[in-house]
Amino acid sequence: MPSGQFKTSYRDDTKIFQTLWVKMWLALLMACLVVFPFFAGQYLLYLANLVGIAVIGVLGLNILSGFTGQISLGHSAFLALGAYASTLLTLRLGIPFWLSMPLAGLFSALCGLLLALPCLRLRGLYLAIATFAFYFIVEYSIVHWNSLTNGTGGLTVAEPTVLGFPIDSDTKIYFLILSLVVAGLIFAKNLFRTETGRAFIAVRDNDVAAEIIGINVVRYKILAFMICSFYAGVAGSLYAVTLSFIGPEHFTFLMTIEYLAMGLVGGIGTIAGSVLGAVFMTALPEAIRLLRDALSTHYPFLVSRMSDLQSGLYGLVIILFLIFEPTGLFGVWLRVKKYWLAWPYSYR
Amino acid sequence: MTEAVTLNVEELSMRFGGIHAVEALSFQVMQGTIFALIGPNGAGKSTVFNCINGVYRPSAGRMIFEDEDITGLGSHRIARLGIARTFQNLALFRNMTVLDNLLLGRNHYLNAGPIRGGFLTRRARKEEHEARLKVEQIIDFLEIESVRKQFVGSLPFGIQRRVELGRALAAEPKLLLLDEPVSGMNAEETEDMVRFILDINEEIGTTILLVEHDMGVVMDISDRVAVINFGVKIAEGTPQEVSVNPVVIEAYLGKGDKDQ
Ligand SMILES: Nc1ncnc2c1ncn2[C@@H]1O[C@H](COP(=O)(O)OP(=O)(O)O)[C@@H](O)[C@H]1O
Ligand SMILES: [Mg+2]
Repeated sequence: MPSGQFKTSYRDDTKIFQTLWVKMWLALLMACLVVFPFFAGQYLLYLANLVGIAVIGVLGLNILSGFTGQISLGHSAFLALGAYASTLLTLRLGIPFWLSMPLAGLFSALCGLLLALPCLRLRGLYLAIATFAFYFIVEYSIVHWNSLTNGTGGLTVAEPTVLGFPIDSDTKIYFLILSLVVAGLIFAKNLFRTETGRAFIAVRDNDVAAEIIGINVVRYKILAFMICSFYAGVAGSLYAVTLSFIGPEHFTFLMTIEYLAMGLVGGIGTIAGSVLGAVFMTALPEAIRLLRDALSTHYPFLVSRMSDLQSGLYGLVIILFLIFEPTGLFGVWLRVKKYWLAWPYSYR
Repeated sequence: MTEAVTLNVEELSMRFGGIHAVEALSFQVMQGTIFALIGPNGAGKSTVFNCINGVYRPSAGRMIFEDEDITGLGSHRIARLGIARTFQNLALFRNMTVLDNLLLGRNHYLNAGPIRGGFLTRRARKEEHEARLKVEQIIDFLEIESVRKQFVGSLPFGIQRRVELGRALAAEPKLLLLDEPVSGMNAEETEDMVRFILDINEEIGTTILLVEHDMGVVMDISDRVAVINFGVKIAEGTPQEVSVNPVVIEAYLGKGDKDQ
């Protein structure tokens, strides 16, 4: 068990994974994730895919809101933009998925830029309202632009192909999502070890000071919006191929709330927290469903109450975390780790 | 020594509604010197700084930095031209480490951007490494090695002052603005700070514009002093000249003296 880190050069100090120990655990985790689809059932695999998509989506939101401090209530709109863009590019123009997906990300990032421009001077509640309004504009367009989006009728998503190979099973989608999750995580991790990410945090911490030391706050706010919506756009296009059918009902405002909850529960402004939050918040409704099924045999009257509870659950979890664990699951993990690393001399 | 003018402030005025915080103030800071702006509390010293680095847009007047008119430029543009500053009440990134605060001071030398940064290309890595080496020199110089990985908000005030100085130095400024760098510090901390300021001026050759409320420190280290009272310059000269100027003595010791 390592008890401390001793480095002899600045290069060592800036390595992405600090110790051999961490590398071993990550390798083990990767191995588990690779063999997972061969043991998991259909439903579990589907859930895992949703978790992966959520990780990418919440990473984006965390970059904008958690790291740069710009609240957004329009996140599901960017997922919708990505989902519709990639689906339509394939349906209408025959562009294969491996190209339409990054293009959808770029399209979403472009929309993020358009949203950022009028929002630059807004903060707090005003920014929340402006991004909320953006969500309604996107939703309205999807519902009413029938000729393009087929309105409330929705669109059937074409089977994705990657470099000519069809992605025709949940297992293949799983590996597609897994590789993008890994790429998205590494990109984000690198971002916050270099200039751009540091400037994002500076803008969040003290935007006046940031400006005065030479940071172009406007530029970094725009960048954060664009990177956030790029992640959301990619998540949206993956969501489309996972569901294989999309309609406006898949990108509700509640979805934004779910993403905010994931960010909060995992740990605001932490990358590992995005993963923990996505896993936790996707697993939670399932756990509740299992609990309900288990209880229903003995206490059938509870079941009707439980379904009411489920819709209020996100709110409840957010409130509980805000009160008791504002640093989120990642904060809990850090505390536990610190405790055990110093054992038996741990205090507290 | 060359007689180049680093900063030329011409007829600077700043009004807030009816308050004339600064009124037709002119002075010149010569390259490589330490210039001090002194005056009682509320005289308008911090306001002058806020005009120079673009936090306020002056009501009238011009400011020329090395032949470039910086009047009305955005703060980040002025910083990039080579003017760095510290604040009377500190403006640090409290939730970041000392190291990150200092690295942020160098932000405008780092141009990798999000894509090269996210993919951690060779260029981005090289840039980061160079920035780290430079920042480590400053950490050594300011003797804050032991706290480099600590969050700034958790450090004692005197150390935070040093970190803020370090962040300004990391930008390798041509002109350094220091707003009351020793206020709220004890004798030992003050002595350290004065030593750093002198070293920065003598060894790195940075031109320094210093605001102080307290005459003592200023008289020791400045090459030239301007005294302002109620936003108006009432005297300028060498420390010796100023300290015997009857108008200055009047302003400092004469009437009221609420905050001396
Ligand atoms: N943003 C502002 N709005 C209104 N009045 C201000 C503002 N900033 C400074 N002042 C006024 O300008 C005068 C000079 O303030 P300041 O420059 O902070 O003085 P000093 O730094 O010399 O103590 C004071 O009367 C102060 O109240
Ligand atoms: Mg002041």
